[in-house]
Amino acid sequence: MPEPRRLPARSAFGSLVIIFVVIAGSAAAFAYTAGWFSPRRLTPDKMVDALAPPTGAALGHRRNHAKGICFTGVFESNGSGSTLSQAQVFARGQYPALGRFNLGTPNPNAPDSTVRVRGLGLQISTPDGQEWRAAMINPPVFPVSTPQAFHELLLAAASKDPNAMKAFAGAHPEIATFGAWDKSAPWTGSYAEDRFNSLNAFIFVDHSGAEHAVRWSLLPAVQAVPISPDDLAKRGPDFLQQEIVDRVGRGPLHWTMVVTVANPGDSTADPSKAWPEDRRTVEVGTLTVKQIEAEADGPCRDINFDPTVLPAGIRVSDDPFPAARSSVYAKSYDLRTAESKDYPRTAKSTKP
Amino acid sequence: MTGIGQRFTPLQRLLHWLMAFCILAMLFIGVGMVSTVTPKYLPLVSIHKSLGIAILVLALIRLAVRLRYGAPMLPADLPEPMRLAAHLSHYALYILMIGMPLIGWAMLSTAAYPIVLYGGVRLPAILPQSDSLHSLLWNAHFYLAFLFFALILMHFAAALFHALVRRDGVFDTMAPVSSRDELTPAE
Repeated sequence: MPEPRRLPARSAFGSLVIIFVVIAGSAAAFAYTAGWFSPRRLTPDKMVDALAPPTGAALGHRRNHAKGICFTGVFESNGSGSTLSQAQVFARGQYPALGRFNLGTPNPNAPDSTVRVRGLGLQISTPDGQEWRAAMINPPVFPVSTPQAFHELLLAAASKDPNAMKAFAGAHPEIATFGAWDKSAPWTGSYAEDRFNSLNAFIFVDHSGAEHAVRWSLLPAVQAVPISPDDLAKRGPDFLQQEIVDRVGRGPLHWTMVVTVANPGDSTADPSKAWPEDRRTVEVGTLTVKQIEAEADGPCRDINFDPTVLPAGIRVSDDPFPAARSSVYAKSYDLRTAESKDYPRTAKSTKP
Repeated sequence: MTGIGQRFTPLQRLLHWLMAFCILAMLFIGVGMVSTVTPKYLPLVSIHKSLGIAILVLALIRLAVRLRYGAPMLPADLPEPMRLAAHLSHYALYILMIGMPLIGWAMLSTAAYPIVLYGGVRLPAILPQSDSLHSLLWNAHFYLAFLFFALILMHFAAALFHALVRRDGVFDTMAPVSSRDELTPAE
């Protein structure tokens, strides 16, 4: 006897329930992945929000290191770096460089003497079509060990609670090294006198495929002349930009790129800890800055100095910061490009 | 477009299920990567770019195969609104399968990012750097991703509706293996 057909209505109800559960479950999994059920997840949006000053972000500008000026020049490699990395940028030769001197502040109009951290964004292009982008700063270590801690630091620094910073420093004692630099390291009166450090550790892969954990720095050719922040303030709020325009106008400026190679066992994961002084260093080339251009119409304006834009032969290490910086810088770029009408190019600009 | 009998061709079914997996992975990776600052951000972005281009290539192949082999007829008794929804949603899915990777590629181009795929393959920029275009493309990529996911959920719900409620053979036309084929010897 043939099996009787189930009643369509009854079958339909059960089936509709199944369909509903499957679709709702899929939507929920999607929402979970997007972080909608995870209010504590540290997102690039939260980091960008925490970077904003109390008066709100400066529309059209980078969300941090907002005050800056463009440069162009050349990176001349001496060939020594090719023992460490197969990237073409380390083969002997000259490669066009583009970059940006900047101040570590979300305020594009901050007076120079109020900003402790200075930065240098750099992009070097090689004939094989690859790019190396980096964003370096002048302190010898990063203030904290993790992106999460950096977010907490931003919140503590902005907090109205007078004990917030003390509580933060108690929970993150690694900040003491940065704090000591902040207090005691001399200020300079020129970008040309500053040393810029990658701080983050990266992995160089050489021609044999062997890996070398490294950090790098740009050492200025110009001797640093210490200046107090008060004296810097007397020279004017935008002195550093005027000074670098004048100085490069008189002749190109040079920085030596020095790669520091970790010993086996040195931690690459924590940019708040410097490696011991005796680590092997290799001078790999010279950055020459030949021309300065104002940011509004300059070639650095449109560049996101994402430190994970790397040529083959350089890759990220277990340092958690480059990934976090990439994520947050992309957010900053997406925001500022959407706000470009708030930071217009000047009339003489030929670009739209 | 020509009819192809009872079912999609094996090549069409292979492309459908392969792409279903890729596109779902793509959408989940997309919403996951833009909401994290952890180290997995970088591999997620890297996969997103390579998989996006793979989907673009597969979608173009699939479109050509579809134009060549067509699709099985929908059941004659399918109500007109469902028939219309089926046709429109398939147009939309094809547009998104091809359009989303192109928008993503163009978006990276307008931001002057190098576009590097798995294995070091570099793609050329398809547009010059432009703040306004980047902003437009970013918004399109973002909002169309949610529309794409919603369409896939509708498509999935409709497929289950055909399979479980109507039992009209429509699901069978794209099923990896045919339940009807299995029944044939017993009949």
